[in-house]
Amino acid sequence: MAVEATLDRPRVGMGASPAKPRRIIPGFGITLGFTLAYLGLIVLIPLAALILKSSGIGLSGFWSTLSSPRVLAAFRVSFGIALAAAAINAVFGMLVAWVLVRYRFPGKGLVDALVDLPFALPTAVAGIALTALYAPNGWIGSLLMQWFGLKVAFTPLGILVAMTFIGLPFVVRTVQPVLQELPPEEEEASACLGASRAQTIGRVVLPALLPALVTGFALAFARGVGEYGSIIFIAGNMPGVSEIVPLIIVTKLEQYDYAGAAAVGTMMLAVSFILLLVLNALQHWMRVRHAR
Amino acid sequence: MSIVLNGITKRFGNFLALDTVDLEVRAGELLALLGPSGSGKTTLLRIMAGLEFPDAGTLRMDGEDATDRKPRDRQVGFVFQHYALFRHMTVFDNIAFGLKVRPRGERPSATAIRAKVEQLLSLVQLEQFAGRYPTQLSGGQRQRVALARALAIEPKVLLLDEPFGALDAKVRKDLRRWLRGLHDEIHVTSVFVTHDQEEALELADRVAVMGHGRIEQIGTPTEVYDRPASAFVFDFLGNANKLEGVVEDGVARLPGNLSVAVRGRKPGRALAFIRPDDITLAHAPDGPARITAIHAIGPTARIDVDLDGTALEVALPRTGLETLALRTGDRCRVSLGQVHLF
Repeated sequence: MAVEATLDRPRVGMGASPAKPRRIIPGFGITLGFTLAYLGLIVLIPLAALILKSSGIGLSGFWSTLSSPRVLAAFRVSFGIALAAAAINAVFGMLVAWVLVRYRFPGKGLVDALVDLPFALPTAVAGIALTALYAPNGWIGSLLMQWFGLKVAFTPLGILVAMTFIGLPFVVRTVQPVLQELPPEEEEASACLGASRAQTIGRVVLPALLPALVTGFALAFARGVGEYGSIIFIAGNMPGVSEIVPLIIVTKLEQYDYAGAAAVGTMMLAVSFILLLVLNALQHWMRVRHAR
Repeated sequence: MSIVLNGITKRFGNFLALDTVDLEVRAGELLALLGPSGSGKTTLLRIMAGLEFPDAGTLRMDGEDATDRKPRDRQVGFVFQHYALFRHMTVFDNIAFGLKVRPRGERPSATAIRAKVEQLLSLVQLEQFAGRYPTQLSGGQRQRVALARALAIEPKVLLLDEPFGALDAKVRKDLRRWLRGLHDEIHVTSVFVTHDQEEALELADRVAVMGHGRIEQIGTPTEVYDRPASAFVFDFLGNANKLEGVVEDGVARLPGNLSVAVRGRKPGRALAFIRPDDITLAHAPDGPARITAIHAIGPTARIDVDLDGTALEVALPRTGLETLALRTGDRCRVSLGQVHLF
């Protein structure tokens, strides 16, 4: 890619090649070239193949696949519950980060390490464990059933539980460093100026954490949308009720409907991309405003 | 508002930050807490603001006990060393913060807040910066915003932690003068912390010199400078020559065969402090001292003298230096004016 050309220097001197702009940090050309090639190989080519495959059924086929009630319902389930789970994680993940940063207590290191477990656990293991717990005869599930008549496993609520479980580390790990950097003096200044604790949190701490919180939210959301392994065990997978998009894709693959699977995948890609783009833009806007 | 502190003690783990400190801040004065780092001056200031609570001792504001009063109820304006401006708010919103967070009944109207902020912006000469974010300001401008923000709540006491510490020399001097002018204008009781003796002596009405968690001396700048109460104060106020000597028979014997008459002092080892401008030099080829360097910049010349192995610093007016016609390497005689013995 002709990135150097964007510098658009007028030619100077006696027909000599234009002076190359001097850079303090060397290696721009090679690193950018490598980055683009790598991204192309790892990300773009597979995605392009996906889109190419889905184009095999034509626009009308594409449309009829996506507009089937079962697929639409799956989209609603996947994206709706992923958003809800990300929102839950944003609140409680921030709480966890707050406790980990602001207080010292015995076993803090252990709790800190615990946060990362959903990253490390094979998702199927997580799914089976959650199902066993929340099933109507499980430890938690039976109590919830008994006290509130609430059924968690094999309902959309189960999907929410699984997505919340796998998304938590993202929020904690993005908010934690920012909170660590937030000088306590800002809170002290707020208190000296007469603000109550609630006002200090609402007007001083939260706005400072918001960009990181949005990042964590976006990551948790993206993870939730793409999650498959842990959810299929707990969801019950009832078409139209608790069936997620990734499962639709797998079902179509099992029926040798490769183009249909690719079409659903493409649509999922597009929706995710747009949502992430919006979140990124929001975050960029906040960062520009409050840049250090 | 006056502040009276009695027997304030504060420990951080094993470290005794403040050791039974008594201090009275008089209404309307500008008091400096001067001391080296670790002397407890910032801790004392934070206790006045309610940002730390003392382990022992009491604090009274205008005669009322305020030891356990929360910061938000103390009506103090606190200016932090690194300003602690709210990064996500404009200059205007930073200054308005203290007014906007008031309970509904006491909160001024939006137009009243705007008028107040504009008045403060003109006080700190930042009218055209109302819409900027703190990151878009220079250090001196941020400092002034922090000050305006603290003043917005019309505090009864203004507390400043190393207010000029993070600024470069020129800005620091300007801002110092400006702050003194501001204090003369609004007369709010103010306490500021500094480790810069020049700053404390130039700016404050009274100076409290702190060391090792105690107040070593408190007085007007002249008192503290002319009559330091202890070797620590003398040493810290700086720019003094320190000579080790021995007292016997009412005379302190110092290096280079110098001696000073002292009265009412027990024999024994002693520390003598002499300010550079209390030393006079005279040409003498067989004198005990040798001139090692002359720095003649500005109205006062600084002369480094080697007196029998002890380095002395002497300050002379430039004209005096010219009449003496001393050069580097010359030998000379040294005579001492005022000597403080501890």
